[in-house]
Amino acid sequence: MQEVTAQASTAQPVLEASRNKNEVKKRIWRNRWLYVMIAPGLLYFIIFKYLPMYGLIISFQDYKPYNGIMGSNWVGMKHFNRLFTEPDFLNILKNTIVLFGLNIFIYFPIPIILALMLNELRGNFFKRIFQSLLYIPHFMSWVIVVSISFVMVTMDGGIINDLLVFFGFEKINFLLNPSWFRPMYIIQVIWREAGWGTIIYLASIAAIDPGLYEAARMDGAGRLRQIWHITIPAIRGVIITLFILKIGSVLDLGFEHVYLLLNSMNREVAEIIDTYVYTAGLRQGQFSYSTAIGFFKSVIGLILVMTVNKISKKMGEEGVY
Amino acid sequence: MVEDRSFTGRLFAALNFTLLAIIALITVLPFIHVVAGSFTTSAELAASKFVLIPKVWSFEAYKFIFSTSTIFKAMGVSIGVTLVGTLVSMFMTSLMAYGLSRRDLDGRKVVNFMVVFTMLFHGGLIPTFLVVKELGMIDTYAALIIPSAISAFNMIILKNFFQNIPEGLEESAKIDGCNDFGILFKIVLPLSMPAMATISLFYAVTYWNTYLTAILYLDDSAKWPIQVLLRQIVVLASGLDHSATLDGVVPPPDQTIKMAVIVVATLPILMVYPFLQKHFAKGALLGSMKG
Repeated sequence: MQEVTAQASTAQPVLEASRNKNEVKKRIWRNRWLYVMIAPGLLYFIIFKYLPMYGLIISFQDYKPYNGIMGSNWVGMKHFNRLFTEPDFLNILKNTIVLFGLNIFIYFPIPIILALMLNELRGNFFKRIFQSLLYIPHFMSWVIVVSISFVMVTMDGGIINDLLVFFGFEKINFLLNPSWFRPMYIIQVIWREAGWGTIIYLASIAAIDPGLYEAARMDGAGRLRQIWHITIPAIRGVIITLFILKIGSVLDLGFEHVYLLLNSMNREVAEIIDTYVYTAGLRQGQFSYSTAIGFFKSVIGLILVMTVNKISKKMGEEGVY
Repeated sequence: MVEDRSFTGRLFAALNFTLLAIIALITVLPFIHVVAGSFTTSAELAASKFVLIPKVWSFEAYKFIFSTSTIFKAMGVSIGVTLVGTLVSMFMTSLMAYGLSRRDLDGRKVVNFMVVFTMLFHGGLIPTFLVVKELGMIDTYAALIIPSAISAFNMIILKNFFQNIPEGLEESAKIDGCNDFGILFKIVLPLSMPAMATISLFYAVTYWNTYLTAILYLDDSAKWPIQVLLRQIVVLASGLDHSATLDGVVPPPDQTIKMAVIVVATLPILMVYPFLQKHFAKGALLGSMKG
């Protein structure tokens, strides 16, 4: 008996490892149907998300569709070098950053303010009605949103220009005037997304302990002070999370929206990286160059998310991952 | 929240209410204007400017847009893609979400990371286009569905919801001889109806609003869904680019006709919305970001 124990103790690590291996094997076999369930999804991500990442290597080639990735010539950093020497690209980059800035500084705070206002409403009846109305635009495609505004601002018979004339102003050609592109863009973003954006804030406000408000009122805090000292600190985590995600979309401003507003007159301010990749890549067949631009964009986005996430963690917040 | 009966409290509440009412009104007015405008005559629209309830009712615009088969066809494509797409997406998403929701699954962390990473970094337009092209999907309806079959975001929301279902239920089903498919379809899914409804709506809206994938992958205009057609009729015909796809000889369509097309492209989503709306708040809550 003693011998056996002695033997076992020397053999212990080996035995344990093999037992663990067996257990893992057993567990995997027991869960075989779960793997079957995951398989189609995993395959989807590999084919449509990871294969394109592999496809990024064409930005280091002179890709010819006929030759494929395997048969195309390597050109090193040629396309990336072109990026920074082409004045066109700098203008596109500037346009992209300006729209990004509008999103961060003008759009981002609005759902927060709207959620705070909705939360201060007494009576669930109106709260629900307002919410339902504010959510609706989110379900309309960018095509619909842009179409509705086009119908409203068009020169002949659009309601906005008719109103301008009625109040004694000149008609404005909103669609072709480059200086109206950015205002139109951000107004449409706000109209479509601000209401929907409140959902997540409202949900986290609902989770706040009502006792906190009770106590604040005892201390004589008015409504605004309650918002400032209780509600806002309580939803700070959510605000930061959403902020990081918004930063992550830095150069992903929505191809569709901008593409729909883009025309030959406002190209100077409206062309962004996404729309350029589409025209240069698919319309003009510059596959490698436009892939390099897209690659550049994705890397910047990734770096920004990781940086902001790190900063928020340093500041004691949770971060996204 | 406790009622505040002081003067400033009431003033604050009244101001807040008024402001919100105005904002809500601004949100819906443009659409009401378009709907009303589509049901009146061009002359009436030109004369009375801002129409909210048409004085002169007319179905001319609708008669006109349905007089050709183009809109019917596009509606058919959109409806078909939405139905099939939502089914395919829900099937694949819920299977994957359920598998990943089980804590005893070896390798789930790796797969989870793979999914989350696609939200932070992607190959971009051209490489994705090349993959779809290599798979021979150009000019097929499959191109509108398969390349966007699973949304990582929706999958994670659903996975989190499944994780909150008490494990005891699954254990006992297992003891009763249920396999994993049985557990998913007989126990987990019936318990997850609010989440399933929310995610289905998200997918349905995405498919109904399909535009980008259509212009990327469909060269054949006979296969266009309604959103692409809407753009042709309203955006391109607003006198922007005379060189654009629309034939320069044809005069731009009447305002009323444009409005009618917008209504037709929006209506199906607005009809589904009230039925599923009560689930959103819950749906958003359970998702609340954290993986």
